[in-house]
Amino acid sequence: MNDGEMKLRVTPIGNGTVIDHIPAGQALNVLKILGIDRTTQATISLLMNVSSRRSGRKDIVKVEDRELKEEEVNKISLIAPGATINIIRDRRVVDKYTVDMPDLIVGVLRCPNPSCISNTNEPINSRFIVKSKNPVILRCVYCEQAIAENIADYLI
Amino acid sequence: MFAKRHVISMREFSREEIDSVLDLAESLEPYARGGGCDALSGKILALLFFEPSTRTRLSFETAMMRLGGKTLSLGPTEGSAMAKGESLADTIRVIGAYADALVIRHPKEGSARLASQFSPVPVLNAGDGAGHHPTQTLLDLYTIRKESRLEDLRIALVGDLKYGRTVHSLAYALALYGADITLVSPQTLEMPDRIKADLAGKGTMVRETHALEDVLGEVDVLYITRIQKERFPDPYEYQKVAKSYRIGAESLAGARDRLIIMHPLPRVDEIAPEVDETRHAVYFRQSFYGVPVRMALLKMLIGDRLE
Ligand SMILES: Nc1ncnc2c1ncn2[C@@H]1O[C@H](COP(=O)(O)OP(=O)(O)OP(=O)(O)O)[C@@H](O)[C@H]1O
Ligand SMILES: [Mg+2]
Ligand SMILES: [Zn+2]
Repeated sequence: MNDGEMKLRVTPIGNGTVIDHIPAGQALNVLKILGIDRTTQATISLLMNVSSRRSGRKDIVKVEDRELKEEEVNKISLIAPGATINIIRDRRVVDKYTVDMPDLIVGVLRCPNPSCISNTNEPINSRFIVKSKNPVILRCVYCEQAIAENIADYLI
Repeated sequence: MFAKRHVISMREFSREEIDSVLDLAESLEPYARGGGCDALSGKILALLFFEPSTRTRLSFETAMMRLGGKTLSLGPTEGSAMAKGESLADTIRVIGAYADALVIRHPKEGSARLASQFSPVPVLNAGDGAGHHPTQTLLDLYTIRKESRLEDLRIALVGDLKYGRTVHSLAYALALYGADITLVSPQTLEMPDRIKADLAGKGTMVRETHALEDVLGEVDVLYITRIQKERFPDPYEYQKVAKSYRIGAESLAGARDRLIIMHPLPRVDEIAPEVDETRHAVYFRQSFYGVPVRMALLKMLIGDRLE
């Protein structure tokens, strides 16, 4: 199935954001990072395991009537480094970019170190410095513990 | 050369910054020995110890008093009572408003970093769980510079290299000076790979051995740490290991003339008392050097701010 056919599956959206080229299986984690849960008012379409010319299978998330900001959407690069963001206006793609990992990840991941101060009820967000983007290596600003694998396991 | 507001981790120190601390400590050492000065008169240092530590606390207190300042302190009992009632962040905001700087020891890793984010005044980390204890590392470096040398140094780090945080940050700092480092530990207490990888990233390759005899004749410094009984499930195994790393007068027969022996103290029986009288023993002076080094940091953080 190509992109053309796929559009038949989901009605084209007038305005909003399409997050494309998400690794298959990560769409729900993308929503989690974006803070999109059952309380959301927006119309969301989720496509999982669609075939893609570029990468075998992929997931796609479409968020209607909301143009996601670059800094919020960049956080998904932790689990979907090749994702592309398409801003849709009047059914047309008017802007497109690949997510870029920020230098600092705030409030997205829980520190794996059980004796880290960030795992207590202090009034702070977890903070990780990105030491390397490829491969992904993060370091807790508080205890300096590194995260390099299974990043999705640490999503808050 | 020293623009820091807080002292949290050795990772944040460049070689130039370390040198500037050691230089100032050197010039303050005569005041540390007696008499003191009034560089920080009218200033208050708050000591927040959420975990017991007599040595470090007294050393900071002495340093502040030798500079003519005053201290107020929160002991472990008050500290833990406070910890139940309010967040560390709030405690820091409250006490930070009373004092000109805060010294904190806390069982949670990263607690000093958190304190620095909420404190209106400089924070000095005096140990955060298994995390950092930068003033210990700085006094170790001062001792090495003073009693041996930091250039072209050959040093053996001996004992518990797995859990001992002091050796991790010391190794890291020594890497900045290009030291030749040998790690001597029982197999079960070897330095973690991530620390070795970190050192390798700084261009320092370490050697490793299980036998102290292998290096005794070759090094300038023996840095001994305690091997804790609790790390061994089998008490017999502990006895065997502890014995093979014990330093006695006879183990020093093949040592270099100018070898110095260091230990962060308290020792249990890693070093026999007979060694205390030899020219190699510097561990009591090492502990004293904590005073001028902490004086230097306090003066830099509280006294000389260009704001
Ligand atoms: N109006 C729309 N409503 C819903 N989805 C849309 C709309 N317009 C584009 N898309 C989807 O957004 C993504 C990007 O669209 P585009 O037309 O740029 O496809 P493309 O040329 O395949 O891009 P790419 O090279 O990034 O894969 C596709 O998944 C497409 O199905
Ligand atoms: Mg496409
Ligand atoms: Zn942490």
